[in-house]
Amino acid sequence: MQQEPSRMIQIRWHGRGGQGAITAAKVVAEASFNTGFGGVAMAPTFGTERRGAPVCTSLKIAKGKIYDLSPIVSPNIVVVLDHLILNEVDVTAGLQPGGLLVINSPNPVETHALPDFRVAVANVTKLGIEAGLRKGIVNSGIIGVLGRASGLVDLDTLAACIAEEFRDRKPDENVRAARMSYAATQIHEPTPGGPDA
Amino acid sequence: MNHKMIESGNVAAALAVRLAGAEVIAAYPITPQTPLTEKLSQMITRGEMDAEYVAVESEHSALAVCIGAASAGSRSFTATSSNGLLYMSEQLHWAAGARLPMVMCVVNRGVGAPWSVWNDHQDAISQRDAGWIQVFAKDHQEIVDMTLKAFRLAELTHIPVMVNYDGYYLSHTYMPFELPDAADVKAFLPPYEYLHTLDPERPESLNTVTLPDARHDVNGVKRGGYMDIRHNLHEEMRLAMEVWEEIDADFQRRFGRGGAPIFDLYQCDDAEFVVVAMGTLANQFRDVVDRLRHEGIKAGVLSLQMYRPFPSSHIANLLQSAKGVMVFEKGLSYGNQGALFADLKSALYPFPARPTLHNFITGLGGREIRTEDLYQAVKTSCEPGNQSSPEQTDTPQWIGLQL
Repeated sequence: MQQEPSRMIQIRWHGRGGQGAITAAKVVAEASFNTGFGGVAMAPTFGTERRGAPVCTSLKIAKGKIYDLSPIVSPNIVVVLDHLILNEVDVTAGLQPGGLLVINSPNPVETHALPDFRVAVANVTKLGIEAGLRKGIVNSGIIGVLGRASGLVDLDTLAACIAEEFRDRKPDENVRAARMSYAATQIHEPTPGGPDA
Repeated sequence: MNHKMIESGNVAAALAVRLAGAEVIAAYPITPQTPLTEKLSQMITRGEMDAEYVAVESEHSALAVCIGAASAGSRSFTATSSNGLLYMSEQLHWAAGARLPMVMCVVNRGVGAPWSVWNDHQDAISQRDAGWIQVFAKDHQEIVDMTLKAFRLAELTHIPVMVNYDGYYLSHTYMPFELPDAADVKAFLPPYEYLHTLDPERPESLNTVTLPDARHDVNGVKRGGYMDIRHNLHEEMRLAMEVWEEIDADFQRRFGRGGAPIFDLYQCDDAEFVVVAMGTLANQFRDVVDRLRHEGIKAGVLSLQMYRPFPSSHIANLLQSAKGVMVFEKGLSYGNQGALFADLKSALYPFPARPTLHNFITGLGGREIRTEDLYQAVKTSCEPGNQSSPEQTDTPQWIGLQL
């Protein structure tokens, strides 16, 4: 028998072409695999990507092998690498009630609060610069926010996978960015009954 | 020692080609195959792979280079997709007719016009009669294992082998797989020794003009004409199924993976209703089968791993006692029906108690294949009394049309 779809963790990543969402998803895939998830499948959305345009990547994680490679319809987690994408794309489309929305944003978590979802925010862009990265490198940092808010994989495993993936591109600074973003993550829990309840 | 990794399907294929010890690579980039040839080119340039990479100006030349290399006794490889495969078509027939062993990965993509870079199976299906062996992989591990086995099959049968895998669904998706140890692969796949290697010391006439009739050679031995030579290709292609099974058994003994060379069956033992499909589409049906089983419907899925030669008696023996068989495919013979469906129907014809048949066309040009739609299609086909009229049986139903 296969795992129930509900036992599968489905993460949809929203970024801009060239921002490294695919690399980030690959790092989380590696880290999940290394911590005992036998099934991982990371599929970029198949399109004609341009630098700067909104792009999307899907990552399925399960204990057993994944057979269904069709696109994610109802994710448990949505990761947004650039808060301005919120103005262009309906990022929470299909997100399961109580699901997690992870955003790189300069604004406090309250400004992104939603009644139905957990929202996790850190200013990954700013922290990346502080960690010694070029402005705009956010894909290592966002992994820290996702790790903190989801508890999916521990920080040290994520850091090891980041160091390996970025071994030719400032590995220490990328790990530092992830650790700083992990520490700076703010979480807003869903508000049952809506924002006015 | 095994090497586990998470990479794209194209990288999995490239690493398998390196492990197989391919000596000559000639390819022309085309989406979604491009990263495969880029990876091979990169490994060769960096000295990580001992092979000659011949950059060519077209797919026709790519296969022509492989034909030359194989004639000279080199293990050769190419890869393409879609219209690139069609541009090779003349050379495809030549490679098969000349009985040159080689392996080609076809990263399946819809055929233009209109242009589509996305996945379906029309490229491979349209070349099914070229005389190549065609196998279909469902995941990255199968891409690796099939590619290694394909070189041995090609070299044992002297028939070229096409390893098909779905564009994007596999080519650009990252998933875990294992690479076998290089020394173990060497033992499984010994160096290619071609009996008719081009050699100035041993001149031979190869692929000369044949006559309609058989004739005697310079030594007075009767040699076949065109028709006899082509008959041999057909007969030996039929025998290739057994060779493929033997290779798979040996591979399984050495590497612990395999056991499903012709079909990969899921829940088929007591199945009354069987879905037949190829590539990743077959795996997508596993959840559908689980759901139907949960509802008390005895469903199963048969993934066809080898399409040419077509395992007609194997498949007919397996399916003849089922109540219903549904064939889902990502390509068709325009003006008729799904090619796989027609093949399967013909295989079942001699069996009097043959099942009810349904044909579904889905996912052309990357149209999203919703698992829910597959479930509904199978469930409807399983309903009692859903016996199609002869005309309905022969009319494919299209899933996912938007107009």
